[in-house]
Amino acid sequence: MSTVEDFQKPNPIKENRQGLIGKPVDRYDGPLKVAGKAPYAYEVQPPTAPAYGVMVPSGVAQGRIAAIDTAAAEASPGVKAVWTYLNVPKHAAPAPPIDFWTGGPEPVFASDQVRYFGEPVAFVCADTLENATAAAQLIHIDYEAADPNSDFHAKAHLHDIQPAEGDVQVGDFAAAFAEAPVKLDESWTTPVQNHCQMEPHASIAWWTDGKCEAHTSCQGVVRSRGILAMTLEMDKDDILLRSRYIGGGFGGKMFTYADLILAALASRELGVPVKVAFTRQHMMHGTIHRPATEQRVRLGATPDGKITAMSLVGVSHSSQASPFFERTSGFAKSLYASPNRLFGDRGVTTGLPPGGPLRAPGEASGTLSLEVAMDEMAEKLGLDPIAFRVLNEPEVDPTSGKPFSIRQLVRCMREGAQTFGWDRRQATPGQIRDGRWLVGYGMAGAIRGNMLLPAKCSIAVDPDGVVTVRQGMTDIGTGTYTVLAQIAAETMGVPMADVRVIIGEAEAPPTPGSGGQFGAATAGSAALAAGMNLRAAIAALAVGDPASPLYEGQVDDVLFRDGGVSIGNRTESLKALISRAAPEGLDALGESAQASDGGNWSQHTFGAHFAEVGVDPITGETRLRRMLGVFACGRILNAKTARSQLTGGMIWGVSSALHEGNEVDTRFGSFLGQDLASYLVPVQADIGELDAIMLDEVDDIANPLGIKGVGELGLAGSGAAVANAIYNACGARVRSYPITPEKVIAALPE
Amino acid sequence: MRPFAYERPATAAEAVELAAEPGAKFIAGGTNLLDLMKLDIERPTRLVDVSRLPLTQVEETAEGGLRIGGLAINARVSADARVRARYPVLARALVSGASPQLRNKATVGGNLLQRTRCPWFYDTTKPCNKREPGSGCSAIGGPDRHSAIFGGSTACVATHTSDMAVALTALDAAIETLSPGGAIRTLPLGELHRLPGDTPQRETNLVAGEMITAIVLPPPEGAQTYQKIRDRASYAHGLISIAVAGNRIALGAVAHKPWRADLAEAALASGATPKEAFDLQLAEPRAQGLNAVKVTLVSRLGPAVVTAMRTGAAA
Repeated sequence: MSTVEDFQKPNPIKENRQGLIGKPVDRYDGPLKVAGKAPYAYEVQPPTAPAYGVMVPSGVAQGRIAAIDTAAAEASPGVKAVWTYLNVPKHAAPAPPIDFWTGGPEPVFASDQVRYFGEPVAFVCADTLENATAAAQLIHIDYEAADPNSDFHAKAHLHDIQPAEGDVQVGDFAAAFAEAPVKLDESWTTPVQNHCQMEPHASIAWWTDGKCEAHTSCQGVVRSRGILAMTLEMDKDDILLRSRYIGGGFGGKMFTYADLILAALASRELGVPVKVAFTRQHMMHGTIHRPATEQRVRLGATPDGKITAMSLVGVSHSSQASPFFERTSGFAKSLYASPNRLFGDRGVTTGLPPGGPLRAPGEASGTLSLEVAMDEMAEKLGLDPIAFRVLNEPEVDPTSGKPFSIRQLVRCMREGAQTFGWDRRQATPGQIRDGRWLVGYGMAGAIRGNMLLPAKCSIAVDPDGVVTVRQGMTDIGTGTYTVLAQIAAETMGVPMADVRVIIGEAEAPPTPGSGGQFGAATAGSAALAAGMNLRAAIAALAVGDPASPLYEGQVDDVLFRDGGVSIGNRTESLKALISRAAPEGLDALGESAQASDGGNWSQHTFGAHFAEVGVDPITGETRLRRMLGVFACGRILNAKTARSQLTGGMIWGVSSALHEGNEVDTRFGSFLGQDLASYLVPVQADIGELDAIMLDEVDDIANPLGIKGVGELGLAGSGAAVANAIYNACGARVRSYPITPEKVIAALPE
Repeated sequence: MRPFAYERPATAAEAVELAAEPGAKFIAGGTNLLDLMKLDIERPTRLVDVSRLPLTQVEETAEGGLRIGGLAINARVSADARVRARYPVLARALVSGASPQLRNKATVGGNLLQRTRCPWFYDTTKPCNKREPGSGCSAIGGPDRHSAIFGGSTACVATHTSDMAVALTALDAAIETLSPGGAIRTLPLGELHRLPGDTPQRETNLVAGEMITAIVLPPPEGAQTYQKIRDRASYAHGLISIAVAGNRIALGAVAHKPWRADLAEAALASGATPKEAFDLQLAEPRAQGLNAVKVTLVSRLGPAVVTAMRTGAAA
């Protein structure tokens, strides 16, 4: 097992001889996607004409199915199968997950019980999508509906929470807060959010000689294959699971849904390929969402601005169908100094659909309270928000006491302030007017933890000198294909044109997939390790081959560059060497894992957001005018894809502040927004001028690449900067997201 | 969606005969109807495609107004130089609606006949008197910001969300129609849409098969403006909107039809201040919860717009 010291040794990524690391290389899949040549799961061409499956979602949140009439559907044109809990082919019974990374069986139509609105309760397969849809609409279901049990806010009881085991407690928060000369005690709410991936969850499957080939849209192919195998009670080696191109994940495709199970089951039973997709409407309930939260932040400080007491306590909802709830306080443990600290999270069980991780789970919701509370406290203290944060910058992780691997939050704030023109901000709200708009500036800090998970990778070189990376990894639109090619090319000393990346195959060396902003570091570190092993094998081959100009040289002296190997001026191409000495090609396996002593450091990515908004004091409308994020997130593999991740995250934060949230209709236990006309996310006109800057940084404790994640950091704190800018523009503090016109108007000072 | 027959008659006369059959529907741009069919809300058994009939011209009328063909595309009308110069309220309302892609498909006749965006109308698992008469209204008592504040009933509080129709109401436009049998009639736009009453499933006063062949604009009079408040900068239904043309004021997204602010108009004519006028207009609104936002926004934007127009500050 590696140690941090191993990570710190020289390697080809750090040497970066070709300069590929950090280069803004265009995404490999960009032109394919624009031209419609990157087939998503639903568009994969099966060997024979497919049948089409359509799911029927439950019309009630809680209760049981009293009667189902499928006669009309069965008699409908083109119908091949109609399944309900009464006749679905036998497959695994429900069972708890083995662990998060493995999951458990995900049976469909397990009983007459309904656990949430939108839970699939019936399935129709027909010769066309139109016939399947029409038949599904003929199924009549009578429910015995129970109380939907979905009024989370009535059950949250945020202010009754007592400290409990499992909370983070440092010092004596209660006493310190009671004694603090300057205090803040406010509460915030955040709504349900849906992932709304552009590509709905979809799968196609077919069977050949007892083996199943399934293409699905998922973030983790290894996990999905395992779940499909458990659910169909078959050997996972009899499943070829593919996820080549994915139109967005955001955490919502970490899991396996009924589309994959039904496609595989129906194609097995019917003997034809079957494709099944969620509709946009069904996705809202039938897949996961980010649960709503209520959060209470308490800060106590000395008059000169030192925080003496800090607490963030959150409540969120879980579901009868899943124990997941949003934990809002985790990030706060490491963000600012305070000797007395209390952080905790509670879940309240409801009859809502199962929640799950959505981009930056925890940070996305939690920074919307704490980073606004910091702004409010700075104002109480008469301090600039940046100066207040700098005053409370910790030397070491203020909860664990561990050193940070690297922490450049202050630099992010200072460089951002300068670039953005923060000095033009007026401390008193409502001072700047531009026509009908009141203009304000806001900022917020950003933090998101860093992870390195176990993963493997193989790299091969063939007699043409082509290097092939193979990994059970996914590219959910983030640029994985491209950064793996950059890493492999730099490691092997070959041009990118000579690298092929094959991912999205579950039988390849396993990775945990894409998520938690661990993907590039985890998959990339394994790719580097595999490349180093392949280099060793190639070097040994060269120096041991009498026909090679490198014959009898030292293995350690072999350089990999320009598509070949060399020792001094003795050189030959990989193509020449491999085609002669290893005509079958050579391959090597490598793996990554957190360093054995990696846990001795507190590892995070950091950033600072700056927003300028206009607020119309008549209509209460807020429009973002410009925004800047400055981020410290390790070495950057690809300046273009990393920036896209960061700006995308920032925009999601803007959305969380201004636009996005799904209303719960507690009478029915369902969400109000069921399409993208009613569930609002920003459009181009909402974003204005937006940029992300990445500081020079190397984190050589995180992994051998010195990189960290960027996929979620941009979202952390972004919405808080917008909320703070609204206050600065017009004096309205709105602590309920999203900040819609009526909330601004209600909070406007007289 | 359910199977249906598709016809593309060559003339408007044929089209109205075909569309008069039970279960038949006109289709032009299809930007609303196709969505509703996919969701099993509309279940036509026959679609009569009128999109290629020659009713797309914008012409001068003898009275000095414009006649806009019922099948003219929203985007073309909003870009028409005469519309932009003489009816800026209409041009602005049109570009405030939907997205460029939708405006490139949608016709002005279809725009008038678009159905409500009430979320419970769209969710077929919920009671909705408009969708299933007699099943109940889920919007009443529900967490909806978009319910009507004027003209709602105990059966329905859905709103009409067309932007264009609000401008046309302020312009005092009329529509021309062709009915089965060849009858042609003209009716004021205010008589096209109905209030929900106890038959919210009946949204207009058109008879079976009757087709909107034109929208007729009277000569423009007075200053005009259109303003819309929404949750995002583009591609969102209005929380409210307001159209002003001369002395006429219309409000959008507040009722089952574009709502002429007649009380405010009358008060302004008799010398009330803009604030007094809109207070009067809002004296008996029907706010039922979250839709109080609409009352708030009308009370703030209405006087601001009228005041700005009087001082010449509004475009």
